Amino acid sequence: MSDAITGPQGGSPLLPEADDLYHPHSWWTRYVFSQDAKVIAIQYAGTALAIGFVALILSWFIRLQLGFPGLATFIGPAEYYQLITMHGMIMVVYMLTAVFLGGFGNYLIPLMLGARDMVFPYLNMLSYWIYLLAVLVLVASFFAPGGPTGAGWTLYPPQSILAGTPGQEWGIVLMLVSLILFIAGFTMGGVNYVVTVLQARAPGMTLMRMPLTVWGIFTATVLALLAFPALLVGAVMMLLDRLLGTSFFMPAIIEAGQRLRYGGGSPILFQHLFWFFGHPEVYIVALPAFGIVSDLISTHARKNIFGYRMMVWAILAIGVLSFVVWAHHMYVSGMNPYFGFFFATTTLIIAIPTAIKVYNWVLTLWRGDIHLTVPMLFAIAFIVTFLNGGLTGLFLGNVVVDVPLSDTMFVVAHFHMVMGVAPILVIFGGLYHWYPKVTGCMLDARLGQIHFWITFLGAYAIFFPMHYLGLLGVPRRYYETAGLGFVPPSAETLNAFISLVAFVVGAAQIVFLFNLLRSLRHGAPAGGNPWRATTLEWQTPETPPPHGNWGPALPVVYRWPYDYSVPGAPEDFVPQNQPAPVRAGAVP
Amino acid sequence: MALILVLIAIGSVAFHLLSPWWWTPIASNWSYIDTTLIITFWITGAVFIIIVLFMAYCLWRFRHRPGRRAAYEPESPRLEAWLTAVTALGIAAMLAPGLVVWSQFVRTPPDAAEIEILAQQWRWSFRLPGTDGRLGAADIRHVGDDNPLGLDPQDSAGQDDVVIDGGDLHLALGQPVKLLMRSYDVVHNFYVPEFRAKMDIIPGMVTHLWFTPSRTGSFDAICNEVCGSSHYAMRGRVVVEDEPTFRAWLDRQKTFSQRAARSTSTHEAGLHRPAIDAR
Repeated sequence: MSDAITGPQGGSPLLPEADDLYHPHSWWTRYVFSQDAKVIAIQYAGTALAIGFVALILSWFIRLQLGFPGLATFIGPAEYYQLITMHGMIMVVYMLTAVFLGGFGNYLIPLMLGARDMVFPYLNMLSYWIYLLAVLVLVASFFAPGGPTGAGWTLYPPQSILAGTPGQEWGIVLMLVSLILFIAGFTMGGVNYVVTVLQARAPGMTLMRMPLTVWGIFTATVLALLAFPALLVGAVMMLLDRLLGTSFFMPAIIEAGQRLRYGGGSPILFQHLFWFFGHPEVYIVALPAFGIVSDLISTHARKNIFGYRMMVWAILAIGVLSFVVWAHHMYVSGMNPYFGFFFATTTLIIAIPTAIKVYNWVLTLWRGDIHLTVPMLFAIAFIVTFLNGGLTGLFLGNVVVDVPLSDTMFVVAHFHMVMGVAPILVIFGGLYHWYPKVTGCMLDARLGQIHFWITFLGAYAIFFPMHYLGLLGVPRRYYETAGLGFVPPSAETLNAFISLVAFVVGAAQIVFLFNLLRSLRHGAPAGGNPWRATTLEWQTPETPPPHGNWGPALPVVYRWPYDYSVPGAPEDFVPQNQPAPVRAGAVP
Repeated sequence: MALILVLIAIGSVAFHLLSPWWWTPIASNWSYIDTTLIITFWITGAVFIIIVLFMAYCLWRFRHRPGRRAAYEPESPRLEAWLTAVTALGIAAMLAPGLVVWSQFVRTPPDAAEIEILAQQWRWSFRLPGTDGRLGAADIRHVGDDNPLGLDPQDSAGQDDVVIDGGDLHLALGQPVKLLMRSYDVVHNFYVPEFRAKMDIIPGMVTHLWFTPSRTGSFDAICNEVCGSSHYAMRGRVVVEDEPTFRAWLDRQKTFSQRAARSTSTHEAGLHRPAIDAR
């Protein structure tokens, strides 16, 4: 990336100009049925955080039962299974996927690339409304006869559509319909993100000048476009099995002494379809988090991200590898056990690019000028929890070690640490970081610190000890473990401790909500670039950026996004659109 | 923050060392699995401690002070290649023993005794071969009130099979066993923590699992794949005892033909096919 840049390289035919945009005519088209990616981003993120809050409350009830069995008489086994199913599905799909791609993706892709908007604004708007419909259908299952499905978020047939599982009547049908809607809505948004990244970058914004946030969201979107169809197919086939009596996933079955009219289907086929989606899904959540955290660390350590090119290649390598590891969720599923050799090898290989990313984040701190702002705290906490969760993944990925641990609390602890806590810390970090751009006001740092310390230390205290319950053999998805000889009474004490911490951590999120709302009115004015960052979204002429983002002229990009503390430069950051030839050492 | 990170590193190690929650005393030949797990603990633990402490050092040493300026250091191919190589080595050190043990796990020894497990919502049934040492054929079509496992009444190999419906499974110490597992309703999973091994049980197919009991005792067998609202209550018991005690127990159990004879005399009807559900 030499600093002698040629300037504008001619507009792409898809690069929208200000006049081409559909400008809102009324309050409705400005704030409700808006085609502005920034408004859609806020709608997506707001809806996702709201349904995420519902999932948080469900988790309180789960912990209430696990920590203090029998105390809450309204939680029976059926309710317990409904709680864990809805908590899991909401968090993975409706909250994490939607926040990262629909929220951060919509807000940041056009702004970071110097575009005026997404290339298909109408489709983008439609994407959000279908997502909202999917959420509403899901919520409706709480009020349907029989309640929501209690099949576990993995929805394994045959049990998910048989009468032994709660929510067999309506719950599972609404769940499947909601997933189908979600995927349809997501595909509209996803096509948009991909085409925008490929076609609507500002002049001078080469692919290798994109911030890692965009790289992460872009790659995750490609993964999602390839992975979600597998879930769609699975959901449609299961819906047919449930409603029309087909037998895609249903072998001959006797239920309560009655032979059902199913026969010849394969339950394990669903598991392959589910995890062909389900494993890339982990990276659909993780890659945007990787990208965002890279930018947070770089900005707040005032130092370029270490090994940018390696970071980009690592994201792409993880993306490709994530499609050949799915059956590591199925080591003890009854599939041909010789698959284990292949999938254990691919799974452990994926640890290498992932480890490189961790090294490069840590090496970015080395000889930095570290400002421990609230976003930076969350970014550091992400590294700790992601490292912890990634390392326990090496236990579960190594086929034979997985055998005793599979489906125990070790697995629950692992995936909560690595794809629950870690990405959510990034979401918080990202919100503290970009809130000033979205609203023009800073979030209160002192409330942010309180929120951070309770959330980080609490989450670690919840999930680190939980691994040891799994090592002991405590199974997951157990309504109660009373009567199991291998579970000592001390495990109950630990469970009670975990529950108490979970209540506190959950309550601490109210501090965050309060901060979000209060700062709208009372937050300190942020100015255009409060963190003194280099990337384009901080260089908009107005804050918050209006529809069209850039005023009369698009920005022109002259350098990579990590020119922090360049020797000889007057400031410790050089914006991407600053043309002055700043001596940039051995810039890649 | 730096101090807290140091405390997290120390605290995690202390918790690991002092934790009263650790695996159950092993009761099968799969101590290799425990060994592989310990290797993984050492390698991952070392990586965790090193990285967290390094981060803590950076946060303290390079914290912002007035006038401080970060170094400009885009990349270092040598350092990155070196780190990649070390990581690959560590991964290999975990993967290699893992795959070796897995190759034992997937290859059932020829002298393993076959035992059938039938999982149903929400209970366990077992079947052991009789004097002929073979299990007779079974199919969902033969299932009835008096034939819960669906043994083929025409198959002579099944007549002397010992059927345990609702009782404990007994195993002989030191005798390798191959569990052949079936289900007539949903996916289940047979798991005895002390044996370390587990495997899903899929309706429509037979899955298997092998191990050698290495310690006498009575162990909880649990379902470890969610199978409906009473999943948590689907529990059984496996008793490992020495060979003579096991033989004596086996001789006391009823065979399939004995059970069939008894039920024919009580019900007269004998075996019947289950009605087809109307839906």
